[in-house]
Amino acid sequence: MSTETLQQIAETNSWGSIYPELILGVLALALLALEVILPKFAHGLIPRIAIVGQLVVLGYILFIDPVGCCSGEFFGGMLSLGPMGQAFRVFFLIASIFVSYLGMVSLANKTLPRIEFFHITLVITASLMLLAQANHFVMLFVALETATVGFYVLVSYYRNSALSLEAGLKYLIMGALSSSILLFGIVLLYGAASNPALAGSSADSLNFANLKAFLEANPTDEMALIGMLLVISGVAFKIGAFPFQIWIPDVYQGAPIPTTAFLAIASKAAGFAMLINLVNVFGPLSDWLVPLLTGIAILTILFGNFGALTQRNVKRLIGLSGVSHAGFLLIGVVASLTVDLALTAILFYLFAYLLASMAVFGVMVHMPKEDETELTLDDFADLSKKNGFLGMVLAIGIGSLAGIPPLAGFIGKLLIFVAALEAELYSLLVVAIIGVVVSIYYYFGWLKYAFFEIWKFLDEEEEAKDEPIPGSTLGFFGKLTLLVAIIGTALLGFYQSPLGSWLAGS
Amino acid sequence: MNEFSSLIQFSIAIPIVAAFLTLFVKNWGRPAVQIIGVTGFAIPTILALLLWLWYDPSEPGGYAFVSNFDTGLGIIGASLHLGLNGLSLPLFVMAAVVGLAAGLFAAQSQAENLHRYLFCLLIMQSGLLGVFASIDVFYFYFFHELALIPTFIMIGVWGGRERNYAALKVTIYLTLGAMLSLIGLIVLYSKSGADSFDLITLKDTLAAQPLSESVQRYAFGLLLFGFGILVSLWPFHTWAPLGYGAAPSSAAMLHAGVLKKFGLYGLVQIAAPLLPQGVSLWENWIIWLALGNVLVIGFIAMAQRDLKQLIGYSSVMHMGYAFLGIAAMSALGAGGVVIMMVAHGLTVALLFQLTTVIHHRAGTFEMDEIGGLAKKAPVLAAFFVCAMMASIGLPGPGLANFWGELSIFLAVYEFKNWLIFAVVAGIVISAIYGLRAIAKVFFGDETEAFQEAQKEITVKDITWAERTPALILIVVLVFIGLFPKTITSSLNDALKSEPVYSQTAALDIER
Repeated sequence: MSTETLQQIAETNSWGSIYPELILGVLALALLALEVILPKFAHGLIPRIAIVGQLVVLGYILFIDPVGCCSGEFFGGMLSLGPMGQAFRVFFLIASIFVSYLGMVSLANKTLPRIEFFHITLVITASLMLLAQANHFVMLFVALETATVGFYVLVSYYRNSALSLEAGLKYLIMGALSSSILLFGIVLLYGAASNPALAGSSADSLNFANLKAFLEANPTDEMALIGMLLVISGVAFKIGAFPFQIWIPDVYQGAPIPTTAFLAIASKAAGFAMLINLVNVFGPLSDWLVPLLTGIAILTILFGNFGALTQRNVKRLIGLSGVSHAGFLLIGVVASLTVDLALTAILFYLFAYLLASMAVFGVMVHMPKEDETELTLDDFADLSKKNGFLGMVLAIGIGSLAGIPPLAGFIGKLLIFVAALEAELYSLLVVAIIGVVVSIYYYFGWLKYAFFEIWKFLDEEEEAKDEPIPGSTLGFFGKLTLLVAIIGTALLGFYQSPLGSWLAGS
Repeated sequence: MNEFSSLIQFSIAIPIVAAFLTLFVKNWGRPAVQIIGVTGFAIPTILALLLWLWYDPSEPGGYAFVSNFDTGLGIIGASLHLGLNGLSLPLFVMAAVVGLAAGLFAAQSQAENLHRYLFCLLIMQSGLLGVFASIDVFYFYFFHELALIPTFIMIGVWGGRERNYAALKVTIYLTLGAMLSLIGLIVLYSKSGADSFDLITLKDTLAAQPLSESVQRYAFGLLLFGFGILVSLWPFHTWAPLGYGAAPSSAAMLHAGVLKKFGLYGLVQIAAPLLPQGVSLWENWIIWLALGNVLVIGFIAMAQRDLKQLIGYSSVMHMGYAFLGIAAMSALGAGGVVIMMVAHGLTVALLFQLTTVIHHRAGTFEMDEIGGLAKKAPVLAAFFVCAMMASIGLPGPGLANFWGELSIFLAVYEFKNWLIFAVVAGIVISAIYGLRAIAKVFFGDETEAFQEAQKEITVKDITWAERTPALILIVVLVFIGLFPKTITSSLNDALKSEPVYSQTAALDIER
């Protein structure tokens, strides 16, 4: 990076535009300081401070600065602020507040360091928020790596659990591999677009706008094409798309539930935030990009759904069903090249997915299971009898993931389908229908355990009486969190105006 | 907008409100739950009857009681656009009446967790009324799904034997059907260029500029098979007898009686008028598959020993007539289909209810293990004979079914002469299994198995709690049978204004 660029960054910086990220960063550091300052008995306050701090930032974005203080490009074109970035900011904040809550519940009776979990969660959230607004490959890579390194730690956070460590190692190796693939792709793009012999080249060729201009001038440049392929591969790892989805079941199973939720919700959404921006940049290469993404989407949907069919471990099941959701979202991404509606559809789908996942993970974390990596469908048997509230939350969450009307997940799928039809992606629609029908089988199977009486031996029933009741750890705030998730899910199914019009504006 | 249009909104909203109220009053005891539940069914029925009385299709597109509300799906041209026309009004009233009967029957049943049972049933009722009141095609689908989900839950939780398997199979089949029809509806939205899911707008746009032949072919194909699976078109019918066999009686009454008509209604009201060419392209498919319903399923029904399965198969069989009526593409055929849907909805609900009443007395559905029940329960026998006669369509002008089947037969005869033989064979088949069921269950001597069962159950005649819902259904059935003009006049006007149907002779039943 030349001194000229650095100077430009210094001239166009606008700290006001990234207040939310700055506050989160300061808050993260403050948590560490508080651990030293506060007496031991007051340490329970620190996670609450983290959550309240994030709620304040959320309130700031939603009520004080809902459209982003000042749209445009800042920091020498490193960041581009706009309504879509704002939507993703809100998304990541809600996800991270929820993950902090899960962390509080999950770490409550464990002899593990606690404050670091919330610290890292905040750092990851801030970097994901920056990632969604990145307008330059350098910014994109730095933000992405900050988040990924944080995730390495969070995945292996239960350092006394062998599976958690194994998951951490797998995630580290796969993550490092995908980062290097992404970086190699970026370098190739840089090499191609900085060649002064070619039309459209520029000194700052990693800026999205400059790169797009270059690709428009040279839509058949081999080096740029390979670079594009590698960058898309790196992103495919993040969203868990075929053929980079292999790590998902193992890592999801081994990681602590809060981390699994964070990976499933925020990390996946971050991948799509990147992808939406990148697909726009790579638009001139759409002759190659569309078949590539179409193929990935088809295989992702099929792999996710058929893989999930036989799973009994719920974390693996959620992981693979998440793969299929990535496939549905990819349909929206392909459609976004030609149809404007697709962007709204993707964002709506993501928010519906966020609320539904909150409900499902919120139930999972309250299941009384010693070893949470072994949480299987059997553990959910008769949940609705043991705790009717958790049963209802699970039903609404899974129903929304399955795309059953009148829940939010259905409206998300509907918008994606409409966008796909407008874009005339018929093969993708056929696969999507197969995916939806197959997914009913495993989602329904889960609910079957929770709701329909499962036949048991008498002595087993005797034993079952001594088992702890699910949801005994559920306090007032736990109920509130779950209520927000299910009421949001149900409400968005009937009345989409609030979210819909806000997203349509973005 | 007119002064009564809010009545439609109330009739859809009240069951939902009542559903949540039943959950809140569950600690006040069973009577409170029963009263709230039945009220939730009764008020929409009264409102539906009032709407029937005040019906005046003066608003655009031949609708009455129109209201429009944007819920936020304006970006894809969908809004909650409610109203009734001559086609949907009879079905709306039928849905309300069958709902009331099912609700009354459920309230007096011994179901565990009655409040949750009524909750599911009330949500279903709300969806059903919404289906027929929606002018917006998207909400038409949306309300169908709203009504469908409780069915799955009710089969799985309160169902009879094989309920887990049945619930799963029904869910997967119906989801597939629903997905195909959803895609078909989105094709209409996207290819018509109307950028709207509104049926009136779609009709106007497509009347001015019909879709090309290839688009009509695959759009209608999607709708035909999507709706077909939902209506148990042969050979996609296998979920129906299994599901009805396992479903608790009130759920079976509402699903077989009302919800299944969604697909047929969709074909008559949406698919055929919007895609007239599609119908003629798929004509042969419809005819042969419908003959499969009438003849193949007819023979399967004859072989049934289980009374509930028999009713399930007979309901699948009658759907074949409806498909034939649609294939005829005439005012007579389409009108016949609507009358038949109304009559069949009332009849099949009545049959499922009475079957359960019989089960409470005999302890079994096996027809070979009952016999001579008429001596012990003469009123029940009279009800059942009446219901079965209505289902066969035989005893002529007294019951509503006759008018529906008669006009379908005439339409089919005008359409393709030879089909009349198959259709008449179907009547003979249903007469055979229907009369045999009556004979086996109610007449002859008591079987040994039935005498065994009587040691444990004292067989009484049908009680008033069970009699009320049955009487409601029979009264409406006879009323429409005696005064078909009450629904056919508005139906006629609606069909005449529909170009695809009006080219042929209109149906005109005067009596």
